[in-house]
Amino acid sequence: MKTKTIKRRPAAAKRGLAPLWQLRLYVVDQTIQIAGSVREFKAVCETHLKGRYRITVIDLLKHPQLAKGDQILAIPTVVRKLPSPVRTIIGNLSDTARLLVGLDLRPAA
Amino acid sequence: MKKARAKSITTATLLPKCPTGIQGLDEITGGGLPRGRPTLVCGGAGCGKTLLAAEFLVRGAAQFHEPGVLMAFEETEKELKANVASLGFDLAGLVQRKKIVVDCVHIERSEARESGEYDLEGLFVRLGHAIDSIGAKRVVLDTLEVLFASLPNEAILRSELRRLFRWLKDRGVTAVITAERGRENLTRHGLEEYVSDCVIVLDHRVNDQIATRHLRVVKYRGALHGTNEFPFLIGEDGISVLPITSLALNHKVSAERIATGIPRLDAMLGGKGFFRGSSILITGTSGTGKTIIAANFAQGACRRGERVLFFSFEESPNQIIRNMHSIGLRLEPLVKKDLLRFHSARPSLYGLEMHLATMFRAIAEFKPHVVVIDPITSLMDSGTDSECKGMVTRLVDYLKAGQVTSLFTSLTQGGHALAQSESAMSSLMDAWILLQDFEGNGERNRVLYVLKARGMKHSNQIREFLISDRGIDVVDAYIGPSGVLTGSARAAQHSLEKAAVLATQQEAAQLKREVERKRKALDRQIGDLRSDYEGEALELRRIAEQVGTRTFVLGTERAASGLLRQADTKVPSITRNNHRNGKTV
Repeated sequence: MKTKTIKRRPAAAKRGLAPLWQLRLYVVDQTIQIAGSVREFKAVCETHLKGRYRITVIDLLKHPQLAKGDQILAIPTVVRKLPSPVRTIIGNLSDTARLLVGLDLRPAA
Repeated sequence: MKKARAKSITTATLLPKCPTGIQGLDEITGGGLPRGRPTLVCGGAGCGKTLLAAEFLVRGAAQFHEPGVLMAFEETEKELKANVASLGFDLAGLVQRKKIVVDCVHIERSEARESGEYDLEGLFVRLGHAIDSIGAKRVVLDTLEVLFASLPNEAILRSELRRLFRWLKDRGVTAVITAERGRENLTRHGLEEYVSDCVIVLDHRVNDQIATRHLRVVKYRGALHGTNEFPFLIGEDGISVLPITSLALNHKVSAERIATGIPRLDAMLGGKGFFRGSSILITGTSGTGKTIIAANFAQGACRRGERVLFFSFEESPNQIIRNMHSIGLRLEPLVKKDLLRFHSARPSLYGLEMHLATMFRAIAEFKPHVVVIDPITSLMDSGTDSECKGMVTRLVDYLKAGQVTSLFTSLTQGGHALAQSESAMSSLMDAWILLQDFEGNGERNRVLYVLKARGMKHSNQIREFLISDRGIDVVDAYIGPSGVLTGSARAAQHSLEKAAVLATQQEAAQLKREVERKRKALDRQIGDLRSDYEGEALELRRIAEQVGTRTFVLGTERAASGLLRQADTKVPSITRNNHRNGKTV
């Protein structure tokens, strides 16, 4: 897969304190504020999941066939592959509170 | 209206059309859906939207070499393949041969959370990828509206849908978008405002417990189209729309006559029987022998080597064969030779349209010369009056177009006015034979007469027809002082007349004998008289002779005695006469 892995901390997973989080961020190049979204998303992950997450950014323009697998319609979409169950958050992640709820990092208010 | 539609097919070629391959739909739309534009197909649950869309795609790929993309929002690929396979479409095979791409979009709201702005570029990417992968010309989006349930932000969704339809047009694909029917609008979420080129509404109505599907082209920008509601059905080989009046009244007509199978009935019809390709109606109350006449007709046709298709809606084929056996008609050898084919179905099995379609299919397959429908009335119970009339019209049209002679039997309800109950059908029929019961003298007898027979001389007589184990026999009915005499009354009248004739004959013979006797007596008298006369004449002659001889003898004797007495000869007194003459002069 020609996607770039942003952060990888295998040491954290090995410790077994918490499961490794696998997150996928689907984007399309020309859509708005992609760079900003990715940056924001990384910041949130750093805050809440330091050392035990892995983000894969997938550009659908380059890999359109991947959209089918995760049932992507909306852009951008974050898919939490692990831990199960799979969670999907759509939107440009500007609403951090909802993002955290969506990722089960904070109970729904 | 018929002409208008026929015209639309020929003239409306300005707008490029994309043929659907669906039987009848291309006829209504004048060639198919608008090419390169989206078409909205909307309707309630279970009215065949998905199937119509799938058939459009499958036929496009299989018949018109136009690959297609099916994006399903409701069903999974596996379900879809199974569903359309049951209707004879090999979707799986087409997918394998890369003629069709199936992409099932599945999103559940519980899985998706929103966080900020988004758009549906993902959908575009997927669709674009699918189209590019096989060079698709056709796209089906099956129930796009599911998105409204899955994506909470309607404002975004609407703007994205608008963009989607624009995008589809730009890609130049012919798209079919299905949508659920709304309460007030055509679609529940107002999709019709985005699709402005062609809108087709499907409908599934239940009338008298029998469901019929209807199709209507509500809108077709830039082309003439049939605006009526057309019944359609989903059969073994997909959808077929049945335009009621797709056929104009321009059938070829034949002057050939075909026998009815009952010689006396032929005689009533100008001696030759029905016209080939005409439609014949036989009406009567139950038990008047409609099926028997129909079976006779069928047998007669088979004997000429023609194929007969017998639609039976009340009896099973075996029952008909057995029953006809009892009157001496042997149908099973004809069935074995495949000249006669039965097609039995309960009228309530499915709706009128389905019946009609199965009949069309059977007729197209068997190509019969004669079609018998026994009885048409049980079919007519499964629809409203206008539907039935429409159906009979189409059936008659279809059969006439193919020069197929059709015989319909029709059951008249007891107590109904005959002509009234058949008014829906009778005007469509070319010949009408009426069977009736006559009750009286403690018995029930059957009579028959020709009510109408277009284009031929026909008898106006009421005939009694007898059913025996040798078949049908049509005999003259007697017209007595109390009306038509049938059965034993006819027999009684017959013997009465025979007796009367006999009596007259005897009387005449007696008179003849009397006259003869008189003549003989006269002859005898004449003989007697003649012999009397002859006797007298003989006597007379004898006397005359005697007198002659005596005179002669007397003369000679006197002369002899005069000579003896020297008497002078008598002188005639001439001088005295002369003197008297001279005095007067």
